[in-house]
Amino acid sequence: MGSGPRTPFENPVVEWVDSRLPIFTMMQKEYGVFPTPRNFNYFWNFGAIAMIMLVLMIVTGIVLAMHYTPHTAMAFNSVERIMRDVNGGWLIRYLHMNGASFFFIAVYIHIFRGMYYGSYKKPRELLWILGVLIFLLMMATAFMGYVLPWGQMSYWGATVITNLFSAIPVVGESIVTLLWGGFSIDNPTLNRFFALHYLLPFVIFAVVFLHIWALHVVGSNNPLGIDTKGPQDTVPFHPYYTIKDTFGTLVYLVIFCFFVFFMPDALGHPDNYTPANPMVTPPHIVPEWYFLPFYAMLRAITFNIGIPFTEIVIISAKLGGVLVMFGSIALLFVLPWLDRHPIRSARFRPQYRIALLVWLAVFAFLGYVGSQPADAVKFGIPLSYLGLLGTIYYYGFFLAILPYLNKHEKGRDLPPSIHESVLKGSA
Amino acid sequence: MASNTKADHGHPQDGETRRDFLQLTAAAFGAVGAGVFAWPLVNSLNPAKDTLALSTIEVDLSTVQVGQSITYTWQGKPVFIRRRTAQEIADAEAVDVSTLRDKQADKDRVQKAEWLVVVGICTHLGCIPQGQKTGEIKGEYNGWFCPCHGSAYDTSGRIRKGPAPLNLPVPPYTFLSDTLIKIG
Ligand code: HEM
Ligand code: FES
Repeated sequence: MGSGPRTPFENPVVEWVDSRLPIFTMMQKEYGVFPTPRNFNYFWNFGAIAMIMLVLMIVTGIVLAMHYTPHTAMAFNSVERIMRDVNGGWLIRYLHMNGASFFFIAVYIHIFRGMYYGSYKKPRELLWILGVLIFLLMMATAFMGYVLPWGQMSYWGATVITNLFSAIPVVGESIVTLLWGGFSIDNPTLNRFFALHYLLPFVIFAVVFLHIWALHVVGSNNPLGIDTKGPQDTVPFHPYYTIKDTFGTLVYLVIFCFFVFFMPDALGHPDNYTPANPMVTPPHIVPEWYFLPFYAMLRAITFNIGIPFTEIVIISAKLGGVLVMFGSIALLFVLPWLDRHPIRSARFRPQYRIALLVWLAVFAFLGYVGSQPADAVKFGIPLSYLGLLGTIYYYGFFLAILPYLNKHEKGRDLPPSIHESVLKGSA
Repeated sequence: MASNTKADHGHPQDGETRRDFLQLTAAAFGAVGAGVFAWPLVNSLNPAKDTLALSTIEVDLSTVQVGQSITYTWQGKPVFIRRRTAQEIADAEAVDVSTLRDKQADKDRVQKAEWLVVVGICTHLGCIPQGQKTGEIKGEYNGWFCPCHGSAYDTSGRIRKGPAPLNLPVPPYTFLSDTLIKIG
């Protein structure tokens, strides 16, 4: 990194450091003059926003950890003490709680941006895979963080999710015992979840570094999805996108602060303000909102899959649900190889565009299904059937529609270059 | 290196050299070594001795009336003990086993017909079914009902309806006397 030729800096201190460790040269190259497509829209803000949210989570989290006690007898009370007695503790906790939601909102938009503009396609496949890996790590981190306040939803959410692993044939039960460090969710579980919840954000940070490194090797995609062909297609990152990112981030943070100060519990669940009780299950267990679509897919499989007309079960309903849920994320990993269409941006692929927007609506609808009780019935139809239909579309989009469009979608003519489109006002 | 001759390295034209062999062997031993080191770390996450030590309890049954249920905590899990009525026993025994999802006869699930001892955790995703306290819904089969996704268990703790795959498990237990049992 940065051992090539160097232009000396005027400031003697900067120059002294830079000639020994060219960190200023590196920053200058990657964030100063870095050539960036000139036609970004506001969708391109969300990477920077996600980065800011990650830093916010780490900073508030470390301070929370200074007041928090990871013990089943004390965890709930220590969080209540943060809320009532620690100076400004309520603010730090509400920033962390709502920060998790707003981190997920930013990342969901960021991922969808990638799907809409085909940013996962050659040469950005590895960049995309690192992104999906970050998403997975975030889910693990948020899941374990939610257990820490040791409320009823913490406890029962953790019970239901860790029990998923018992669906694995043969070794399932031993894996669950290993996860728990006992025979149910208990103090050993809380302790290890706290240790991992502290660790994983730093792992995420490291993967974000690789993600950005990979981005800076191939350069950014853009709303037209065509390659940059020369300096006329780009602008330097600073000041153009430093300012645009700052502006977008500030707008985002204003909305975030509105939640933190005026409706801090709107995205949470009231049951989590009841201390965990291993002997009483709340009537309706729901995960945090950002897991709901996946939870709906988990519950969509309510039937065993076996050999017809015999009693032989190959995949039980429970295992089926687990496979479908994890599979839905595995599909994201291999997306660059499922969609092999040469055109990147949905702007020039009308059929893909419609299929993708329907996919988005289905994903949101699955979120709604996940928020309802499992036996809910709407308009005379059991919601679990609608959940199954949604799951079929989710899978069908990746496994049937994309391969079909690879062969049959002609697409619109691509513009010759970014700068010509910009000048015509159509970028 | 001084004597960088062919003789030192075997026959490169074979595509494999002694050095390749040494490297592979070293890597293989390294991998085994890393595994040996990793195992105690992973195993430390399994239940510790004190957790295991808490894994038996003794329960006094002398105060339990016919038709009454009690709940005890064993290994952090609720254990349901029900002193069944003659009617409940008859219902449980009358079922045709071949029609069950998890085929088990009532006599294989109890030591003394009057006492049913089961772990009170729904075999679907781990909620605690209702039906222990008077006034709670016992479900269609008069045993227990799990409100989470609607599984119903019968008076032998067997799954009869809903998504759960298995019967409520029977924990290992022994009668120390007529009114005292040891669970675990
Ligand atoms: C990827 C970044 C992170 C995410 C997504 C995340 C998510 C969460 C969530 C969802 C909660 C539950 C909030 C609640 O309902 O009360 C939580 C709690 C907590 N987190 Fe984090 N967290 C992150 C980073 C960190 C870091 C770096 C630390 C530092 C040690 C930390 C320490 C804590 C503590 C002590 C709690 C318990 C206090 C509480 O419940 O408010 N977190 N986290
Ligand atoms: S956990 Fe009991 S029915 Fe799902």
